[in-house]
Amino acid sequence: MIYYLVFIVFLIGLYGVCCKKNIIKIILGLSIMEYAVNLFLILLGYRKNGIPPILEKGMSVNEFAQRAVDPLPQALVLTSIVIGLGTLALMVAIAIRIYQRYGTFDITEIKKLKG
Amino acid sequence: MSTVILFVALPIGMAFLIPMVSRKLKWFPDVSGNITTFILLLLSLKMIGNYGNYYVGGWKPPYGIVLVFDELACFFLIVVNLIAFISTLYAIEYLEKLFTSKLRYYSLFLLMVGGMNGIILTGDFFNLFVFLEISVIAAYALVGFGCQSRELEAAFKYLVIGTVSSLFILFGIGLLYGKFGTLNMADIARFINKTGFDEAVKFAFVLLLVGFLIKSAAIPFHSWLPDAHPSAPTPMSAMLSGVVVKACGIYGLIRITYNIFGFNEFIGNLFIFIGILSMMIGVLLAVTQWDYKRLLAYHTISQVGYIIIGIGIGTPLGILGGLFHLLNHSVFKSLLFLTSGSIEYSTGTRDLQKMGNLVKKMPVTSFASLVGALSISGIPPFNGFWSKLIIILAAIKAGKPAVALWAVIGSILTLASFSKVQKYAFFGKGEKFDEEIYNKCKEVPHLMKMSMVILSILCIFGGLVVINGTECILKPVIKVVSDGVLPYINKILGS
Repeated sequence: MIYYLVFIVFLIGLYGVCCKKNIIKIILGLSIMEYAVNLFLILLGYRKNGIPPILEKGMSVNEFAQRAVDPLPQALVLTSIVIGLGTLALMVAIAIRIYQRYGTFDITEIKKLKG
Repeated sequence: MSTVILFVALPIGMAFLIPMVSRKLKWFPDVSGNITTFILLLLSLKMIGNYGNYYVGGWKPPYGIVLVFDELACFFLIVVNLIAFISTLYAIEYLEKLFTSKLRYYSLFLLMVGGMNGIILTGDFFNLFVFLEISVIAAYALVGFGCQSRELEAAFKYLVIGTVSSLFILFGIGLLYGKFGTLNMADIARFINKTGFDEAVKFAFVLLLVGFLIKSAAIPFHSWLPDAHPSAPTPMSAMLSGVVVKACGIYGLIRITYNIFGFNEFIGNLFIFIGILSMMIGVLLAVTQWDYKRLLAYHTISQVGYIIIGIGIGTPLGILGGLFHLLNHSVFKSLLFLTSGSIEYSTGTRDLQKMGNLVKKMPVTSFASLVGALSISGIPPFNGFWSKLIIILAAIKAGKPAVALWAVIGSILTLASFSKVQKYAFFGKGEKFDEEIYNKCKEVPHLMKMSMVILSILCIFGGLVVINGTECILKPVIKVVSDGVLPYINKILGS
């Protein structure tokens, strides 16, 4: 069920990217999509009442395997957040430069390229 | 086998070294950038025949990251590093006049090359995503490198569409991980081979397919390309059209359809449909353009259509045609972009109507442009002819004569479009011919000439060499693709 919610968040972000005319709102839409994907990855590794994936002394391997959360999605999400930060920084920098050149954030007025 | 890691480590390491060192040493970015790409080219040529896997950190798959150096990866590495070397050679004098910050250019450029080498080598899905992002983020920054209003607009458009496609790919990878609990490509292929396509796998496949099709700019997803490719500095445009579209897009398509999910008739027909659409619409849009670089960018869409058709036909002959055309396209399209950059360098304009009679002022450039134009439109001894011929033959042999007919029509329209370029720019003049531009322009410096001449020679003789030596040059590459899923799994995981 919760996966459907994640997908709905993803689609909201996609709607923002496709239909909004303000550059800042497009950037926000992309961020929302990215969070949806990150949330999805984190949920894959979620386990109720899970323990950290560290094998302590006196713990049997079977019990560990049953209770520990999956650490891989967390590592993936960390990487993906860092990549997202890089993209976001570049996007915002370009948006600032565009504002300096065109004096507007409205993409319907930014149309020097056509054909 | 451990030299394989150099393909990734060397360019990325140099990318970080250049900004640190070259504030003191002004000559350092040029020299180190060229030497790095040259070493990568030599390395990729030297490694032919030396195939195997490299386990990063000594962890065996499916637990660790594995770099897969097989024939297909070797082929793509040669293409990437060849064009990267020519492009850096050209950049030395080109950037001197038109752009100020060489250090940032080379740093981003090497980052991009390292990312692409990583995409090609990796055998792990998440690692593929990371390398993809490294190379495309550098590419976004390089498209907007000039910081003029048009370039920023193109960079923003590329950035938004590219990020959406990357997120589709990441979503697909997440679904596959949730389904199978592994990220190793061969391991996932093994599971899919065992269980078959169910709903989740289909959804993941569609997400990955759309992501890679956006990256390779096939027609319904092409809208970023005609803006982004002309806006970049010329050596970068050559790199974008010649290599980035292929390493980030086409390579991913080939790997996931043939080696991981398995090829079938439906996917093949889908590819052929998208290919014909890209080929025809791309070339029709190109015919009406007056901006030389924009015209070339539309031709990239059209030629990528040919490559996708070749892959979609699915017989070994079709794949041969597709991959051979990929190699040829990266050579002649880079050549054409370099000539457009030379014209911009000496005349200061990209508008075909304002140029004219350049053959008298710039003989080397116009010769190179003629060679490129004849290659791209498929005139006999040049390399474009052989690969288009193979694609057409493969289509006829596979019982799809309509595809062959479309390919021929596309080729004729390409010829029409390039005869327009030759007439207006080099061998005649249009109505808006600008006398002032003509008088002050002169031939470009030597290194720029040299890089164009190298690519021209490859255009003229490369096709003949490869077509005569297909048995030993391209056959092993085709075998990796057409053998499909099982040999790939066995190669990485052991049988």
